[in-house]
Amino acid sequence: MMGMAEIRLAIEIAGLKLRNPVMNAAGILGLTADLLKRVYEEGAGAVVTKSIGLKPRMGHPNPTVAIVEGGLINAMGLPNPGVEYFLGELEKLRAGGIPVIASFFGETLDEFVEVASRLSEAGVYALELNCSCPNVEGVGILGSDPGAVKRVTEAVKECVDKPLFVKLSPNVSDVAEIARAAERGGADGLTAVNTLRAMALSIETRRPILSNVTGGLSGPALKPVALRCVWEIYEAVEIPIIGCGGITTWRDAVEYLLAGASALQVGTAIMTQGLKVFREINLGLRHYLEENGFREVSELVGLAHEA
Amino acid sequence: MSDWRMRPEAHRVVRVLRVVEEAEGVSTLYFSDPLCRKARPGQFVMVWVPGLEEVPMSLSTIGGESSITVKAVGPTSRRLTSLGEGEFMVIRGPFGRGFTLMGEKPFLVAGGTGAAPIKPLVEKMLSQGLRPTLILGARTRNMLLFLNRLRELLGFKLHIATDDGSLGFKGLASKYAERLLNEGEFDAVYACGPERMMAAIYRAAERHGLPIQVSLERYMKCALGLCGSCAIGPYRVCRDGPVFNSEMLREILDEFGHRHLDPSGRSTPLEE
Repeated sequence: MMGMAEIRLAIEIAGLKLRNPVMNAAGILGLTADLLKRVYEEGAGAVVTKSIGLKPRMGHPNPTVAIVEGGLINAMGLPNPGVEYFLGELEKLRAGGIPVIASFFGETLDEFVEVASRLSEAGVYALELNCSCPNVEGVGILGSDPGAVKRVTEAVKECVDKPLFVKLSPNVSDVAEIARAAERGGADGLTAVNTLRAMALSIETRRPILSNVTGGLSGPALKPVALRCVWEIYEAVEIPIIGCGGITTWRDAVEYLLAGASALQVGTAIMTQGLKVFREINLGLRHYLEENGFREVSELVGLAHEA
Repeated sequence: MSDWRMRPEAHRVVRVLRVVEEAEGVSTLYFSDPLCRKARPGQFVMVWVPGLEEVPMSLSTIGGESSITVKAVGPTSRRLTSLGEGEFMVIRGPFGRGFTLMGEKPFLVAGGTGAAPIKPLVEKMLSQGLRPTLILGARTRNMLLFLNRLRELLGFKLHIATDDGSLGFKGLASKYAERLLNEGEFDAVYACGPERMMAAIYRAAERHGLPIQVSLERYMKCALGLCGSCAIGPYRVCRDGPVFNSEMLREILDEFGHRHLDPSGRSTPLEE
């Protein structure tokens, strides 16, 4: 008889062995080591840092978030303490033995390379290249240019020996083309997707709510779009995909796996579900696997593509 | 999802019903909002006036009418204190964990604008049949907030401390608090005010073996428990706080009263 004990949530993705496939998304609670430790203790399989740049950034003034039907729009503006400072936080995580994926960005190709090099020496498991932030001029535009994505991926891969995930933007006409560009540049995996460009207005004040005017949509409203992106990317590349966009329950997680994701990132759901969302999704996944006669998460990956 | 506009996280426009000047540069703005009506003392709202930065503010009245009490220190708070009746502001909330009632003989300390969440806490305690003792502290007598209202509520259980001695005990409210705690008549402590004051009262409460709750303030962006900008140790002030109990405070002693994150996420010394 097959019992719960035989079901394995552990995965291997781009050479990383993780205890389960669910992580926090970049930008969610990734500003300090203490918060990321808590995310790991709450059941995440790995933790992802805030996107780190070369220099400290304060980000945009508040309001930086606006809730809308089915989701949240944010324009934080990549606030981060800068790579030099953040190495101290990474050291605390390394001491705690926590698998860390360090998200990073640059304003120039050289900056991408420099930040990635410094982070990769800090004991992180992997890097996630953020070329898709919709809220900082230049960074989001980069992610919609396949040539630029290939060049920055190549440049970073030349200098670092850690697995590199490239986080893709949904704000492009052909996400598969960008995915192929990252793969050709040597990416070990892809994270799909970042937030969808959006805005919110207040009819009483007759003003946009966000100080940045536009922001990125996350949460359940993003999910069908992001799921479609994962589907298209899975058909276009061989490298593994981390699915991200509106995952709130284990059902969403299963949909992403079936569409082709090998691992998952959760963000906005923490607002509604709390940090227990990591355990809840993993528990639901385990039940789904058991009830449907599967033994491992990897058996689900891309299953919906089979004719 | 049909009613997302009535979720606490949604921005809502409220009209200022009236403004009461509490002290020089400190005003209470009353408004009506169905969600704030059901808030707990210690919870806060994010307050925004278009064109300026959105900021967190404790609710200083909870009931049929709600209020925030604002001290003019930055561009947003200066604009808020200049709002008149009928003008609007945009709020979202209430957010966070408020105060939880504990014990039979509560002892409260409020310093400066820290009186804002303490006033509705006093009112709630009285409505539950508790008889709290409160030290209301400020730099000088005309900066004491809600003095008449608190006198009316508490009578001789209201104690005053002013740094300059213009009314009541001369010196820091925390010093006066230590003295009263030594008399040993209390079984629970609550404090809100400058963080070093709260840290001193926390240490006194620990010496006496008394449970304490304090309300912390940090720079915040999302106030939704997502961005981490208000982190203190493993906690988010916006969601796990702003009220912290003894067990939580014991985990964050290297930061509580000492350090906070700047908007970029770098830990920097507190300036008060």
